[in-house]
Amino acid sequence: MTAKTVQTGAPVFTGPVLYEGTRIPSPVPSWVQVDPARREDGNVLQVNFGPNHPSTHGVLRLVVDLDGEEIVGMRAVIGYLHTGFEKSMEQKSWWKAINYPSRIDYLASFQNELLFVLAIEKLLGIEVPPKATWIRTALAELNRIHSHLVWLGTMGLELGVQSLYFYCFDKREQVLDLFEMVTGVRVHGRYCQAGGLAEDIPPGFVADARAFCRRMPKAIDEYEHMTQQNKMWQKRTQGIGVVSAEDAIRLGLSGPNLRGSGVNWDLRKREPYLFYDQVDFEVPVYERGDCYDRARVRIDEMRQSLQIAEQCLDQIEKMAGEPWIADDRKVVLPPREELQTSMEALIHHFKLVSEGYRVPAGEVYVAIEGPRGEQGCYVVSDGGAKPWRVHFRAPSFPTIAAAPALCQEHLIADLIAISASLDTLMGDSDR
Amino acid sequence: MGYERVPGLVSASEAVGETTLVVEREQLSEAALFLRDELSFNFLSDIAAADYLGWGGEVAGAWGSADGRDINVPYTLGPGLTPEPKPKRFSVSYHLLALRDDPLRVRLQTWLDEDERVASVVEIWPVADWLEREAYDLIGIIFEGHPNLVRVLMPEDWEGHPLRKDYPIGGEPVRFSEEV
Repeated sequence: MTAKTVQTGAPVFTGPVLYEGTRIPSPVPSWVQVDPARREDGNVLQVNFGPNHPSTHGVLRLVVDLDGEEIVGMRAVIGYLHTGFEKSMEQKSWWKAINYPSRIDYLASFQNELLFVLAIEKLLGIEVPPKATWIRTALAELNRIHSHLVWLGTMGLELGVQSLYFYCFDKREQVLDLFEMVTGVRVHGRYCQAGGLAEDIPPGFVADARAFCRRMPKAIDEYEHMTQQNKMWQKRTQGIGVVSAEDAIRLGLSGPNLRGSGVNWDLRKREPYLFYDQVDFEVPVYERGDCYDRARVRIDEMRQSLQIAEQCLDQIEKMAGEPWIADDRKVVLPPREELQTSMEALIHHFKLVSEGYRVPAGEVYVAIEGPRGEQGCYVVSDGGAKPWRVHFRAPSFPTIAAAPALCQEHLIADLIAISASLDTLMGDSDR
Repeated sequence: MGYERVPGLVSASEAVGETTLVVEREQLSEAALFLRDELSFNFLSDIAAADYLGWGGEVAGAWGSADGRDINVPYTLGPGLTPEPKPKRFSVSYHLLALRDDPLRVRLQTWLDEDERVASVVEIWPVADWLEREAYDLIGIIFEGHPNLVRVLMPEDWEGHPLRKDYPIGGEPVRFSEEV
């Protein structure tokens, strides 16, 4: 509590300077400063956009300097949703801490939960049965569709395509129904366990998921029609918020935002995890780096996710009756029915619930391709029953920091389109 | 992989499929520049700082005692664990990625004590701007040369760095209660 704080003072600016060969403002990459000469004219007005603005997807505050309608300065202020998840997780045993990550990025809830469990499994070196991995892959893709649907609906709302919102949320509800069927709740399922899954999938899930995958392509055609063939959508997104491939890499953009700038980079292909190396899919990449292309990447991605999910369902169907969790009694809870008859099982159950399992000492960084980009998790274990340190690489965090660089020299109305097309989530960035 | 040429390299180790390069604190920016320009680590994924106060001791999160079993004290069952001692109190880990056709990841790590500072890498990877502010905000690492090192997640007037191990959990300090 007595830690020293440094007073660095406000950064010194002499005018809008860019990092050499880039469009990244200097010296602070996340802060577009007003040209002092321009400020002297007296026409620059500072406006707070947010924190309570419907277009900020949560509580993001953008401090925007306007000259007329033109954005001449901008910085982002976050932290309104900071909940200290990383600190809380240090106080919980490993299996209790699995509850937290899904609350961080609540649209990619399953993927975040999966990410933390993958990190635990990497430290434990535990083998996961193939059926569990197939189910995880399928649910991860359904989760991606869910997240993209929420993004598309809200982006439509902001760009004046209001009916799109209802189309998207109708289908989103159907994805959530599938999650409810499997995990019992719509969003925060806590379905992953170290070593596999908490339960087997219920009967009827595969059929329902297949039905959804059949319905969905037609819906995606509709979304394409309502967006890419919509004059208003085109005008508000084409050529807006352009970021070059090099700048996108420097600014740490990842996922669809990077692929919209022409970088063919997808962790599912480049560093395959789960069973992504055994399924057939393509990575949509577009070149222009504007809002329009970022949106196109996500819409195309939904199609690919459906394709992956269908291939996973084929495999899951063949595996009826196979185990969904590893048979390691030092980590995995014993089957419920054994508790009635086996003393050993009862002891294991008691120890695992009261004390938790221990994870060997070490540090790992695991990264997966989330809907918003590279979701990473850095975990340090001291060999005990609680994580020593957990840190999440939230894809929205660098993306929000990059927003001012993208918005410079645009109009205030474009700000809405740019922040929507970046698909940031405040729960994710603030943690 | 040419890691032995990294400036200030202390050790290069491989564990659970991940490479960790520990470098001298004073030579961090040289090492970072070398990794970016010579070994093409063009993408900085993440900066993760960690506090190791009480590592292997009795701070919350630590596991057992060396004496073994004491059923009256929670989390002390089984043989005591003494994890490898750490060189200093704080670590800062830079997770680097070579974003190209044959991707590669490496963890660049440096260690520092409470009164020590580490050079900022904002000019090498602009994404480090907020990542370093976060490490400063939550752990209290001071990055020398950062153009705008202020809090990013906690309120500006917050005292202390919440993710330090000596920062209490379970309640915020109560105003006007110090002199009671």
